[in-house]
Amino acid sequence: MDTSWEVTGGDASYYATARALQAALEGGERVLAEAGLERYVETNKTNAKKLDLRADLVFIHDVPPASLVTERTAGRWVWRCHFDCAAPQHGAWSFFRTLVDRFDAAVFSLPQYARRLGVPAYILHPSIDPLSDRNRDLAPREREAVLTSLRVTQDKPLLLQVGPFTRGHDPLGVVNAYRIVKKHHDVRLVLAGHAEDDPDSREVLADLREAARTDEDVVVLELPADAHIQINALQRVATIALQKSTQERFDLGVAEAMWKGKPVIGGPTAGIAQQIIPHVNGYIVHSVEGTAFRIRQLLNNREQIPRMGAAGREHVRRTFLITRQLLDYLALMVHLTA
Amino acid sequence: MREATHPFVFTGCVELRQALGLLALDERELLDRVREVPPDSIFFHTHGYFLRHRPVTTAYGNDFARWAAVEAHDLVLAERLAVVEPFSFPTLDGLREELVTILHDHLRGVDAVVRLPFARGFHFQQSHVVEVPLGPHVSTLAEFRDGLAAVDPSAIYLHMVEARARRGRRSGDFGEWLSSSLDMPALAAAIERIDAHLTTLERVRGRVLYLVEAALQEGGA
Repeated sequence: MDTSWEVTGGDASYYATARALQAALEGGERVLAEAGLERYVETNKTNAKKLDLRADLVFIHDVPPASLVTERTAGRWVWRCHFDCAAPQHGAWSFFRTLVDRFDAAVFSLPQYARRLGVPAYILHPSIDPLSDRNRDLAPREREAVLTSLRVTQDKPLLLQVGPFTRGHDPLGVVNAYRIVKKHHDVRLVLAGHAEDDPDSREVLADLREAARTDEDVVVLELPADAHIQINALQRVATIALQKSTQERFDLGVAEAMWKGKPVIGGPTAGIAQQIIPHVNGYIVHSVEGTAFRIRQLLNNREQIPRMGAAGREHVRRTFLITRQLLDYLALMVHLTA
Repeated sequence: MREATHPFVFTGCVELRQALGLLALDERELLDRVREVPPDSIFFHTHGYFLRHRPVTTAYGNDFARWAAVEAHDLVLAERLAVVEPFSFPTLDGLREELVTILHDHLRGVDAVVRLPFARGFHFQQSHVVEVPLGPHVSTLAEFRDGLAAVDPSAIYLHMVEARARRGRRSGDFGEWLSSSLDMPALAAAIERIDAHLTTLERVRGRVLYLVEAALQEGGA
């Protein structure tokens, strides 16, 4: 197959409108000015003139390039939605649906993330790349060097949550669960991630820093988004991985940790529930207390940890590797172009 | 060694899922939706479970039973739905009727059902199966055995499940070929009798291989 990857461009207002539109489609309350939406559409008309869009199959990812579809001339067009747009802001959806219905199909990560559309909505789960820096095998020396640079020691069982420091990922809930566990087990909690650019997330980070200041076994690692090898090393030495999200998103951190043979205790979102088979490769929990209970259960029955870890790795091997996603995309291409 | 009148072509498959935009937030809505969804959706949530799930996850036998147990926490309904054996119904509408009857009978004894949040509802899907021809054609029973041992597990699903349930070939492709092209009706009938419910594609492969190997040992081909 001949393939190419095209990138749209625009000025600051184009990106601001696209960001606001996506946030509104994800359910956030945003004010979308009509002039801004018109400029977004016009910018993509200009983009369409610069890009080579003559193809048998055109995949458009997420919101910024979506209105390129108004300029389609040939081939089959697919909108790939990587976020949860099941409960969008009404006004934003009214505008955006007129664009989506001009595609031949849409693709969502889960049926729970999809809206009813006038075009077929296909489901392709995301995946992890086992050869990327995030997931590839690390030589012991390389792993130790990374952990040393992070100042993470391995003298006690390690609980790990990777994810942004936001309410939706509930790192404060994880700290509270750790405190319940700490009464019975000498463990260390590592929270690795970054604060997002909003006051609420900065407040969460401040609370986490305070927790770390008063307890040397709470380690808060502020890492950039591309700290893949660092995350990889942390997941490999973790005893139990946590993903106590409350906000809906697929959270592939679960599959990443399973790939490294770790049991995962996760929140009850649809994306996490897709990856965790309760009692087989981890547990779904609904509260701080439930999180602490499952951590203690595993720490008190250590033989379960490698067994669940092995089941998780096998589950990921069969279901969440990029090779499976590639097959899904090929099937979609065959189906749409047959 | 006996040569087939027509060669057999192993074909694998990839399942492309499609969301239908229909959901049930409680058991009563599940009954209503099961009555109205396309037959392909009934197939996806029953027979299709066999392709998607592995030994550790086949505890419920189909998506409806799994949802009743894990999301709705209606364990009685889950048990009743779990024993439905999709391979025993000659048509998908017959299977649908069985599911409707179970749901209807169960709900007669239930005073109230709990509404679930959107994300935990039962989201109906259906699938399109994209076929992928695999490897060379086989013309003898020994070649068939060798091909079967090496073929992608999705081929077992396509030839033994999809062929029977959705394509009207009640004997399955293996049985059909063994009977009509290799003139081995006894072996075909034995393969047709394999119980594929609540097991894995690999185990089904093993059982077919066992029967084929026995036939080869007996010198029947």
